[in-house]
Formats: sequence, C-alpha cells, structure tokens
Amino acid sequence: MDREREQTAQSFGEEVVKVVRFRVQRFRPEEGKAYVQEFQVPVYRGMTVLDGLHYVRDNLDSTLAYRFSCRMGVCGSCGMFINGFPRLACQTQILELGSDTVDVRPMPNYPVVKDLVPDLGPLFEKHRTVRPYVIRDPRELEQPTGEFLQKPEELEEFLQFTYCIKCGLCLTACPTVATDPQYLGPQALAQAYRYCKDTRDAGMDERLKVAAGTEGPWRCHLAGACSEACPKGVDPALGIQLLKRLALLRRWRLKKPHRPAPLAGERTGVSRRPGIPEPPPPTVESEGSASS
Amino acid sequence: MREATLWTLHLAAGIVILVLLAVHMGIMHLEDILAAMGTGYPDPLSWTSVVVRSKKLLFTVAYVLLLGTALYHGLYGLRNILLELNPGRVAARVIQWLVLALGISLFVLGTVAAIVAYVR
Ligand code: SF4
Ligand code: FES
Repeated sequence: MDREREQTAQSFGEEVVKVVRFRVQRFRPEEGKAYVQEFQVPVYRGMTVLDGLHYVRDNLDSTLAYRFSCRMGVCGSCGMFINGFPRLACQTQILELGSDTVDVRPMPNYPVVKDLVPDLGPLFEKHRTVRPYVIRDPRELEQPTGEFLQKPEELEEFLQFTYCIKCGLCLTACPTVATDPQYLGPQALAQAYRYCKDTRDAGMDERLKVAAGTEGPWRCHLAGACSEACPKGVDPALGIQLLKRLALLRRWRLKKPHRPAPLAGERTGVSRRPGIPEPPPPTVESEGSASS
Repeated sequence: MREATLWTLHLAAGIVILVLLAVHMGIMHLEDILAAMGTGYPDPLSWTSVVVRSKKLLFTVAYVLLLGTALYHGLYGLRNILLELNPGRVAARVIQWLVLALGISLFVLGTVAAIVAYVR
C-alpha cells in the first residue's frame, strides 16, 4: 500500500484491512456511452460502499457522480446495483460482500442521468398516480378540527408498508418492470394498498380505479424479487397480492369500503401533565384566522 | 375494474380446468370409471369408445366447457405476455381484438365439431 493510501487510512482513524478493486460504471450524457473504470480502495472495518465512493471522489476522481444524503438508510437516495444486487450503498458494508471486487452500477430499469445517478422520475410518477395520501372531505383536511381516530390494530394492518423510503430498489429488481416500463410496479402498488387499508382514508374506490387498472397488480409475475431487494424489510410483493384481493372483493361487492375514521372530539376532563410542552400551533390557518 | 373481472374469469377458468382435467385423467387411466359412466366400452382409446362418448350429452357439455375455459385461460395469458411487451396504445388494442377473435373462432370451430359429433 502506498504512502498516500496509508495517510488516507490514518485519516479514517481506522485500520485498513485490505485494498479492494472498485469497478464503477461511468456514463457521461455528453459522450452517450457507458464504460467501466477501476479504482483501488483501501477498506477498513465497517466501511460502506458509499464510503468507498467518497474515497474515490475525494482522492482519485472528483468527477464521479453519485447520489446520497442521509448516509444511514433513511432517505433512499443511494440505491445502486452493487455486485449484481440492488442495494443501498450506505447500508452495504464492503467487507460483508466477501469479495475483492466491488462492482457498482446505476440501478437498472431507470434512465441514467450521469455515472451512478439514476433518474427516479418514473418511480415518483407511478407513486403519484396511485394517490398516496389520505383522501377524504377536503374541508376536514384543509381546515382540521381534530385528529382522525385509529386503533393500533387498524394501524397494524398496513404498518409495514409505511416503512417504504421510496428508494426505488424494488423496481430495479422487478423483472416485469424490466420488460414493461408502464407497469406501476411494487412500490406504487404496495402504497396503493397501504392507503386503501388506512382507516382514515375514504378514497378506496377512487384509488383502485388507477391502481387496479391494466398496469396494476395483474401484471405481477410473483417473482418476489422486490421483497428480497427491499432494504427496509417491506414486503411489496405481499402488498401487490393483497391489493389484488382487495380489488377482486370490491369488484364483486364482497367487501364494503370502510367508513373513514371519525374525528377525535374535544378533550374533556383531562389536563396536560406537568412538564409536557404545548403542541406547536397548527400549520394550516383555521377558517377564523384566515378571514381575519 | 375491467381487469378485476378478467382476472376473476381467469381464476374461475383455472379451477374448472383443474376439475375437468382430473375427470379426464380418471377416465383415461382408471378404466372402471368409464364403465361406471355407462359407455359400455371401458378401453378409453378405442375408436368405438371415443364415438360413444361423443354422443353423450354429459361428455359434449364437458368438451365445450373444457374448450372454452382452456381457450380463455391460455389466451388471457397470451394477451398479458403481449401487452407486457409494451406495444403502445393502438397496437395494444389491436392485439386484444386479435386475441379475442382468435379465441372466438377456435371456440366456435371446436363447439361445432362437438355438436356435429353429438347429433350425427
Ligand atoms: S418498497 Fe422497499 S425497495 Fe421499494 S421503494 Fe419502498 S423501501 Fe425501496
Ligand atoms: S444515503 Fe440515505 S439511504 Fe443511503
């Protein structure tokens, strides 16, 4: 290992365990051609692929483009195709890959903007079409007067799907998305189910019109690759099947849409415990204050 | 919810096929069943036995039902495969109509054959 690397290792404050070959797919839109570039990266225990890319960018090639934000598996920005599997770069430790070569490519099934940066537009567009929000009387939503009541067991019914961070890795893994870009895909369909099952929501039929349309759950081939790829432990393949069942039951009127959860009434006979601060003021102006 | 209807029919056709294929396997391989059904010709592959079966209403109905469900089940799958190739809106419509026309033609052909065999 040369001096420069040793210095870098020292700057990491960690002991370098080995040097790994990073094979990174590069793509410059102005050249219009993808190629693979190799870098030697010193690796310490606990070092992630994202750390490796930082090392490359800071020390070897400052033109390398990739996307990240939180570095802790929360924002969903750093999805990549690492050693042939869709993963979050910030959650993937290099040593755990058990290989002397780390192959890093942009996520398949998305257009590439530059190097490792995919255009996630299709993911968000599909997500938007299934109306991923609580639909109910707009007056209640815009001028809230109280909370919508929901029991813990009602929350349990869809809780796992709320953990989706919209990283888009499931669409990368999905073989149907690979051949049919119009297919809504695991992320959007699981979210459609999540909101249909939300007892606060009153828009099941409206949402199903799109989510259970031609490009809906009927296109799923049950490969299950989405659930295997999901870094948050969501099971979008299950969500798709549950959505399919829901659409069938609604089609044949075997299930009624749930009534939207009631509003919590005024609290009476309770007082704030000492030391608990007041909640912040509402972010939406109430009718009275809007007119004043 | 058109897709939900098509999918339900797909499932229902699958179940009917399963039942009819079970009956078919029983008849072909458990010859006593054929005798019990009153054909009088226990060898299922003999010419006479085939002709006698085709003249029984129960068999004719079963043939037509199997033809219809198998065609629907198979062609629905074919339609999906073709649509997944993402052919574009107009081509997708053409494909669906062609598949439907193919299904109806084959169904009519098979049904006419079964009825002719029954009445002759
Ligand atoms: S379901 Fe999982 S893999 Fe798909 S976008 Fe959400 S977090 Fe990512
Ligand atoms: S950087 Fe946020 S999930 Fe990886």
